[in-house]
Amino acid sequence: MNEREILERFLQTDPRDVGCGEAIEVLHVYVDLVAAGQDAADRFPGVAVHLAACGPCGDDFAGLLAAVRSDQPEA
Amino acid sequence: MRDGRYHDAVQPARSASPQLDEESAGWLSRLASEASAERAAAERELHGRLLRIALAEVRRRSTLTPVTGPELDDLAHQAAGDAMLAILAKLAEFRGESRFMTWAYRFVILEVSSKLGRHYWRNPPVALDAAQWERFPDRLGLDPHQQAEAVCIVAEVRHVVDTELTAHQRRIFIAIVIDGIPLNALAEKLDVQRNAIYKVIFDARRKIRRALTAKGYLDEPDAGQP
Repeated sequence: MNEREILERFLQTDPRDVGCGEAIEVLHVYVDLVAAGQDAADRFPGVAVHLAACGPCGDDFAGLLAAVRSDQPEA
Repeated sequence: MRDGRYHDAVQPARSASPQLDEESAGWLSRLASEASAERAAAERELHGRLLRIALAEVRRRSTLTPVTGPELDDLAHQAAGDAMLAILAKLAEFRGESRFMTWAYRFVILEVSSKLGRHYWRNPPVALDAAQWERFPDRLGLDPHQQAEAVCIVAEVRHVVDTELTAHQRRIFIAIVIDGIPLNALAEKLDVQRNAIYKVIFDARRKIRRALTAKGYLDEPDAGQP
């Protein structure tokens, strides 16, 4: 990747991004879908975009998913 | 970024009133029980689970925070306690869109996240408004061997930041992107919602991109790109 491509990637935004408020509001629903092996991104595409772009919300997602998985019996 | 209150894909989930799973129904019944002994036992059990999750979460995030040792454990206990109060206060709002425990764990994860953001300012590695532009190439992930190109990119972005962004956008952009202050920490410092900071950065990125494109520095975006 050259320097301009890095800059392009850095400045990239996605209009589907729902923002932190909406993403956090449905985070529990989203995480349950992921934990159940369902396609959460298909049902909530704007949330998926946001969680990939926003570090703190992505971290909350990772934490909640880890919490839910800690309750699940080992496969 | 859309400004609507609810995502159109979220709304159906909210109006569906799904059937509660057995475990979730059990939690709701026990936590709302009129028998005080049953209710107290459920509250103890829930608090124990919230504390376990809070302790695991502060450890998971420990490499990204200056908070350590007993202080981290204290923070987990506070997060579990505050989450417990919030859950009990909002029990009637649980609509069964997820498992009860996932809904409950969300409170404690968000408490940990918020409290760590607040603790950042007890011993911040970088002051607000430090404006460390010299670190920008590293933050972008530019190859240090291509120094000339990196210097040129930093100069272009800096010029746009200085001339195109509003004072508020510039301050937020520099704090988050240039100085690397965690978004949560900045939101706590400025006493605003996390989304307010995110939106400023989102809009600033678009503005910078438009300016660099107008100057011929970047190509026009593809159709469908913002």
